[in-house]
Amino acid sequence: MRDTLEELYSTLRRSKLRTTLTGISVSTGIFLLIVLLGAGNGIIHAFSNMAGSMVLDVMSVYGGATSKPYHGLNAGRVIQLDDRDIDIALHNMSGQATAASGTSSKDNITLRLGSSTLSRSLTAVDPSYVKMDRNASDLIAGRFIDPLDSAERRRVMVLSKQDAEALAGSWESAVGRYINAGGVMYMIAGIYPNRSMSDNKSVYIPLSTYKALYGSEHHYDNISLKTRGVVSSKDVDLFATRFRGISSGIHQFAPDDENAIFMWNTTTGAEETNKALTIIRTALWIIGLLTLISGIVGISNIMLITVKERTHEFGIRKALGARPAQILRTVVTESIIITTIFGYIGLVLGVVATECLNYFGGQSTVNLGEAGNITVFSDPTVDFATAIEALIVMILAGVTAGLIPAFKAVRIKPIEALRAE
Amino acid sequence: MIHLKDINKTYDSGTKLHVLKGISLDVNDGEFVSIMGASGSGKSTLLNIMGILDSYDSGEYSIDGVEIRNLSENRAAEIRNKMIGFIFQSFNLISFKNAMENVALPLMYQGVGRKRRNALAMEYLDRLGLKDHATHLPSELSGGQKQRVAIARAMITHPRIILADEPTGALDSHTSLEVMQLLRRLNEEGMTIVVVTHESGVANMTNKIVHLKDGVIESVEDNVHHDASLYGRGGLMK
Repeated sequence: MRDTLEELYSTLRRSKLRTTLTGISVSTGIFLLIVLLGAGNGIIHAFSNMAGSMVLDVMSVYGGATSKPYHGLNAGRVIQLDDRDIDIALHNMSGQATAASGTSSKDNITLRLGSSTLSRSLTAVDPSYVKMDRNASDLIAGRFIDPLDSAERRRVMVLSKQDAEALAGSWESAVGRYINAGGVMYMIAGIYPNRSMSDNKSVYIPLSTYKALYGSEHHYDNISLKTRGVVSSKDVDLFATRFRGISSGIHQFAPDDENAIFMWNTTTGAEETNKALTIIRTALWIIGLLTLISGIVGISNIMLITVKERTHEFGIRKALGARPAQILRTVVTESIIITTIFGYIGLVLGVVATECLNYFGGQSTVNLGEAGNITVFSDPTVDFATAIEALIVMILAGVTAGLIPAFKAVRIKPIEALRAE
Repeated sequence: MIHLKDINKTYDSGTKLHVLKGISLDVNDGEFVSIMGASGSGKSTLLNIMGILDSYDSGEYSIDGVEIRNLSENRAAEIRNKMIGFIFQSFNLISFKNAMENVALPLMYQGVGRKRRNALAMEYLDRLGLKDHATHLPSELSGGQKQRVAIARAMITHPRIILADEPTGALDSHTSLEVMQLLRRLNEEGMTIVVVTHESGVANMTNKIVHLKDGVIESVEDNVHHDASLYGRGGLMK
């Protein structure tokens, strides 16, 4: 091994310029790949953040206003959803809705803890809401509203990290503290991470508590349904038509009145987001692969020249009794060492570059006026595994690149090698 | 030692060129043989075949009883390494290695440790009067010095035979004489040596001259008294 390295050192030293050029091509390849993937991740992360917190396969049903007269009733009548609509969803949709939660809200409630205050609307949901929203399922502290909270009509609330920090100082210590919400004391049960970029974060309380405290009329702002097997937009249309048809009997509106009940479906939204993300990912992969290939071509080229240049020397070595494997080893070690060292340099520089990108532009936002700010670039970094994978691909390519011409050089007769140059 | 029987070799590069037409030759242990001939007579090809640097088409060839035909590349490398020492017209030293490293190279391929082989290389360089030039690169040596380094490299593995292809071809007459005297001294110590040359002065310093013409052996001349061509047909080395 020591001999191999010693040999390697002397050949590399002999051709400093070529070594440097090979190195630069390898480093640049890896560097570009890392920066590219990092920037791409930044866009993807920003995209995912914008996509909101609703999980897939959730259908939201909103009450609207009738657009046509029906059975002697005027158009323009407001339709309000209630428990009967939940019944329809759970029992009349042939199992396509597996869970349902009505959502009611109480606006302009002042939350107060000590001297901190915030104005928020309370969003009342059923414990089954945990299946429909990542704000409910993925908490960073505490728990979401559970069936016991609901049964006992407990006064508990789940806050965003941002609101918890605003009220309690830090979110870590917020769970278990009490908040005065419009004169009613609530205990903080859980905290969800900041996801949407909107400033108006939801404050969740149990639906049963809401009903007991704020209203006996059982109307819902909307109903969230967890669906199964409703995938294509055609499925969604069928589901909506069927639901609307049954609901029209209860609320007395024309079964084909699409304004009476709106449906919004995360699947369709998610489909589009996914499509966009897939395009971005594919583009990244293609550009990344092309970058890698250009690096690989660089190494191959230089290894080809190296081997050609050294053919005469290999002839001498063969005459002196070098076995083919020994010659092969010098070539392959050379390409491995060059790609590893310079690849690693490129990797480190690439990671430094993505960190810089993260530092200076990691949370770039674009102001959309009324709609608030949206993030266009978030956390543009590459995970370590990907970086190492890229490096390994590069090294393997370097080996192959060296191996092919080396095999050629080894296979020719010693006398032909000696005649070279 | 070396046994060649009816060796044929044809080069096929566009037009077929029959270079060796049934060469039969035996070189015994301790002999000092030269192969003489004009350029194109096939003498270098013959030497390359003897050194397993080139292949032959038909015939029999064995070194020390080992049949050289369809040898694996590894086995051929081993034979070249242990049994044969090469000396070339263009020296064939590795340009980025110093004299000592060049001499030690064959031992590296035998797996001899670096300290031991460098010490041995120094010993041989010392014997050839090149101790002070051990750390010089080939480009810093004169032609004669380079050839002496090459001779040291050929000797270091104690081969059974040394094959020299125009060893004086790139040297002036004074240095040529030195190199040939060196080879003669080696032969007197018992080394079998085959020299390919087109110079009668060089051939005349060997004990047996094989005349090659157009791929066939024209004559084998006994030259124990070194009077084959001496002074009568040229006098000097060159």
